[in-house]
Amino acid sequence: MSTTGDAGMPEQAGRPEGASRPGGASRPDDGGYRDGGRGASRLRLVWVYPDLLSTYGDRGNLLVLERRARLRGIGTESVLVHADQPVPRQGDIYLIGGGEDLPQILAGHRLRADGGLAAAAGLGAVVFAVCAGYQLIGSEFAGEEGQPVPGLEIADLRSGRGDRRAVGEVLADVDPALGLPRLTGFENHQGVTRLGAGVRPLARVVAGTGNGDGTEGAYAGRVLGSYLHGPALVRNPALADLLLGWAAGPLPELPAADEEWGRRLRDERLAAVPGG
Amino acid sequence: MSKLPLRARLAATIGGVAGQVSRLAGRGDGSVIGGVIALRLEPGLLAMLAAGRQVVLVTGTNGKTTTTRLITAALESVGQVASNAFGANMEAGLTTALGQARDAPFAVLEVDEKYLPSVLTATAARAVALLNLSRDQMDRAAEIWLVARRWRDALADAPDCRVIANADDPLIAWAAAAAKQVTWVAAGQRWREDSWCCPVCGSHLVRSESDWRCGECGFAKPAASWVLDGQVVLDPAGRRHELGLALPGRANRANAVVALAVAETFGIGAELALARLRTVTSVAGRYTTVLRRGRNVRLLLAKNPAGWLEAFDVLKPAPVPVLLAVNAQGPDGRDTSWLWDVDYRLLRGQRVFVAGERRLDLAVRLESDEVAFQLVERVDDAVDEVEAGGDLDVIANYTAFQQIRAAFGRTT
Repeated sequence: MSTTGDAGMPEQAGRPEGASRPGGASRPDDGGYRDGGRGASRLRLVWVYPDLLSTYGDRGNLLVLERRARLRGIGTESVLVHADQPVPRQGDIYLIGGGEDLPQILAGHRLRADGGLAAAAGLGAVVFAVCAGYQLIGSEFAGEEGQPVPGLEIADLRSGRGDRRAVGEVLADVDPALGLPRLTGFENHQGVTRLGAGVRPLARVVAGTGNGDGTEGAYAGRVLGSYLHGPALVRNPALADLLLGWAAGPLPELPAADEEWGRRLRDERLAAVPGG
Repeated sequence: MSKLPLRARLAATIGGVAGQVSRLAGRGDGSVIGGVIALRLEPGLLAMLAAGRQVVLVTGTNGKTTTTRLITAALESVGQVASNAFGANMEAGLTTALGQARDAPFAVLEVDEKYLPSVLTATAARAVALLNLSRDQMDRAAEIWLVARRWRDALADAPDCRVIANADDPLIAWAAAAAKQVTWVAAGQRWREDSWCCPVCGSHLVRSESDWRCGECGFAKPAASWVLDGQVVLDPAGRRHELGLALPGRANRANAVVALAVAETFGIGAELALARLRTVTSVAGRYTTVLRRGRNVRLLLAKNPAGWLEAFDVLKPAPVPVLLAVNAQGPDGRDTSWLWDVDYRLLRGQRVFVAGERRLDLAVRLESDEVAFQLVERVDDAVDEVEAGGDLDVIANYTAFQQIRAAFGRTT
């Protein structure tokens, strides 16, 4: 194994008494948040509501960002924000993941009242939203009976409920403007998402369902959403680097040895899907 | 049970023959195919076979097979018990189990979470044990809140049934609270990532080590009459009993407490029941140690994040190596994302082998947690790396586990 470092996996969520700061917690110089100054030497990664929205391995996206930053000598500080805590506004990258209907509704309610995530996005922070989180950043999503529930209005999109659940492997070709290789992931949702004029589709579906109209995900500025689990950043390291680059500026390539296992997994998954 | 109508008798007989053929052909333990055929001939067969017996149903995400085995052991002190001991837990498997023990006055059946409502109706069960609910194979299973809601509706319609439920799991407590008769058991809950939301009102639950309550609507942990306290169980009279199980781990102590509460429903006292529970040493090949090529290989099953936590709890420490095997076939769930919900860091410093059809997913996962590992094609490749006479622990998910058992010739 080629990695060293101190930013291990965050503690299991479940400490409502205070935001945990894995990795950074053991450092004597951990000064918490600093005002302003994006692109500071240490990246602040904020995982929004892991207690409600972390249904399928969403932690993996955080761990991949930590690792790929660390391998380039960029320090990270990860903050897990539970649903009964305020969302800090000074993070660099915000992650919001998948969840079942009721937790999704509760999360929407709390995040709207809190305002922190929308404020951070307004300040130019990177937001990476997956599945339920992706629906949440839009203006509307479907509740447990299919009823419309207001979203956070961070991205110009709205979601409803489709006729059937979309479950399975996904392949999708990314908008050429982003310069990323084909996406691989796993979707499990019943959402149908319509994109407004203020966002662009992240990708065109090659296999799977995605948004439901042949596109998958959406992005605008530094806000990017997707239906893909996998987790998405594990299977698509280039997407992780896109987000890191938005927050930290141009990144050097990683040595091939550090990419070996991820590349093999990615090749296997791309080849496993007909049409891939 | 000999009062079955001719058509049902025929269905049961043909189903039994099909099961035997399947077994002889080495295609499995035969408990599914026989039941499928029998049910096609007589769709009401499960209800007919259950009629007149005292039936216990066991369901939940983890621990079904083991708890079923433990309850069976306890009830065998008062009579013959029909049981689907090998985990075939949908209607066909249940039908086969009842058909194979036609004269048993008791039946202890593990039931797939989705099938509990229909099986409860068909069997008019005397008792239902609800263990826990957590994320599991979500590409094919319903959301667990939906599962709990269906249980709730079904139990509300079964006033004669006693529910034995784990009060430490909020979703279980919500489902069971709709039943007329409930025995609450404080069996603990290690995995909490799926129960931060109040099942009643959706608000955030306030949790401590052994208690939970909703800060908004007041829904709270029910007072338990059976309590697991480390290695000891407190019975409803407040007496303490040392568990002393042969099965390892905290999860099995929790399963045992549920089994004791079920046994009490049938008038079997804790000491008598415990003596029976202690005789259970392996369950459907799990926890078994197999001698393989001169090494002692112990097989542990873990199918989801909560299950992996429980498996780690019984893992032998370094220098005993461990082999992890993961597949993603239909019964496993085809999405491997859940691997990222498991904290593998405690394997640092231990020798780790990685196998299974999705070993590359595991490899990337372990790399991220800075756990050194070695990829192997087959389990025996890892066995051969262990020193002669040494130990190897194996943790595998469902079909990976079955493949390993098949490779070992079902010697367990």
